Amino acid sequence: MAKIRTELPKKYHFWNKPREKKLNRSVAGNGLLFLIMGICGIFMALPLVMIINNCLKPLDEIYQYPPQIFVKNPTFENFTDLFTIMNDSWVPFSRYILNTIIITGFGTVGHVILASLAAYPLAKHDFPGKKTLFNMVVLSMMFSWQVTQIPNYMIISWLGINNNYLALILPACAFGMGLYLMKQFMEQLPTSLMESARLDGASEWKIFWKIVMPNVKPAWLTLAIFQFQQMWGNTGAMFLRDEQLKPLQFALQQIAAGGTARAGAAAAVTFIVAAVPIIFFLCCQSNVLETMTTSGMKD
Amino acid sequence: MSVAKKEMQTEMTYDAAAIAKRTGKLGYRIKKNKSSYFMMGPYFILFFFFTVLPVVISILLSFTYFNMLEWPTWNGWGNYVKLFLEDDIFLVSLKNTLIFAVITGPISYLLCLLFAWIINEFSSKVRTVLTLIFYAPSICGNAYLVWSLILSSDRYGYLNGFLIKLGFIDEQILWMQDANYILPCLIVVQLWLSLGTGFLSFIAGLQTVDKSLYEAAALDGVKNRWQELWYVTLPAMKPQLMFGAVMQITQSFAVADISIMLAGNPSVNYAGATVVTHLLDYGSTRFEMGYASAIATVLFLLMVGTNKLVQKLLGRVGE
Repeated sequence: MAKIRTELPKKYHFWNKPREKKLNRSVAGNGLLFLIMGICGIFMALPLVMIINNCLKPLDEIYQYPPQIFVKNPTFENFTDLFTIMNDSWVPFSRYILNTIIITGFGTVGHVILASLAAYPLAKHDFPGKKTLFNMVVLSMMFSWQVTQIPNYMIISWLGINNNYLALILPACAFGMGLYLMKQFMEQLPTSLMESARLDGASEWKIFWKIVMPNVKPAWLTLAIFQFQQMWGNTGAMFLRDEQLKPLQFALQQIAAGGTARAGAAAAVTFIVAAVPIIFFLCCQSNVLETMTTSGMKD
Repeated sequence: MSVAKKEMQTEMTYDAAAIAKRTGKLGYRIKKNKSSYFMMGPYFILFFFFTVLPVVISILLSFTYFNMLEWPTWNGWGNYVKLFLEDDIFLVSLKNTLIFAVITGPISYLLCLLFAWIINEFSSKVRTVLTLIFYAPSICGNAYLVWSLILSSDRYGYLNGFLIKLGFIDEQILWMQDANYILPCLIVVQLWLSLGTGFLSFIAGLQTVDKSLYEAAALDGVKNRWQELWYVTLPAMKPQLMFGAVMQITQSFAVADISIMLAGNPSVNYAGATVVTHLLDYGSTRFEMGYASAIATVLFLLMVGTNKLVQKLLGRVGE
């Protein structure tokens, strides 16, 4: 009983707070914005609607001509098909899942931490070479990755990490975008925040973990979304030769490419391939948006 | 003290400072910032091996003939001369890419900003759902294949069927086979697809804008949401605007996948050819990596120049 009582006003607070706080808003303006969002929203939601409907279609509806977006007789046949195929696979599917967890996990966490660590001095310290390093990162994003793949392959072979998880994880840790994103957010933090901690005798390391990172939470959560998506979509086909090392994405694409007989399973694969990053996205994004109501750390 | 002496003295102190700057100071500053270098170390070591080195090698390769089987042979400026003087298709693809970038870049950038800003007006739960819906095309892998249904060239294609039903056209239009329609259609698809990185970073950026700024602005006489946007929100999220611009440039200049998937490579009369489809044509079909590298280098320079220009423009936001 007591618990409910403490929670109710909080919820009330939570829903009403933004409305109370919004200044300068007109009803006409709100209506217009709703309308724009509605029309565009229908178009943007199209792929979600298609993927969900497709994976529930029985085979005859998948091949129906003309194609329909909405499913008439939804079934879970496609998923049972997919699981049967998975069970027959030469390498147990749990192995693929483990590989994906290792590659995606280390690739995402590693990149977020390393990029943030490097971004903090670039944003807030003054040292020789700062501008050059930062410009190098920004410019590197503008070179077509399709071309650098070959030199990349040569370097990875030369380092001897070919056919190893590291061949996917290490390059992922050093993508340029993450550093740029984190640096831009850290730049906004008031320097006085760090100065006062420094006066209290905190080390740079401590300032980074205790002050900088909590204050740029929306940034690193957003970066985690991007990086997870990137890593999840990686089939690793270029660097991983052993079947035992390949990620889930590779195995699923293999099934999806099975042709006509596997069209149903392919639709289920498309659903799973999209669903995992969406779940991750929802977890992170709701946290990104929640920080707004709780944070008051700016001076 | 005479004026001349005074001048000499200031000059001397200036000299001393300059000497200190030149000799001792750099080493001193590096030593003083040891912790900064330690923090950046792991990232930049990896960055050097997996980004800087490959880019440098690619640029060097652009001056060679390299078919990926034999050792590259030096070709000087040959690839570049061929690119601009002999390769008509490159010029077509360059033109298409510029049209693409000039149209989709700014429009998509403004849409990202507009949608992020509108979504920020809603309550927290609605915001999460709306963000998902608008981000969906980017998250659903090859979601743009939906468009092959919509733009299908028979009567059953959604767009054709719709237009015929309404009586605008009598015969189906070959959207992806008619050179007149390919580029406009691709531009629409790209716009639809482009609410990605920039959009999410804007949403995150809006979360970090200090709320007290809005109250202060209201007191200062900001009357409606548009003024609030221009005078408060945008200046407060300038770093994110810069980031979004770079992402937009890298995206809109590097359009390739949608063109290859929807219009094919090569597309009819090269109407859907972009610099990157041309690059892929040479790199992965003809195995002429030297030439492909030259294309990549030209594209790189183009993007760097555009970036310089855009960053200058963004410096004026909120003034």
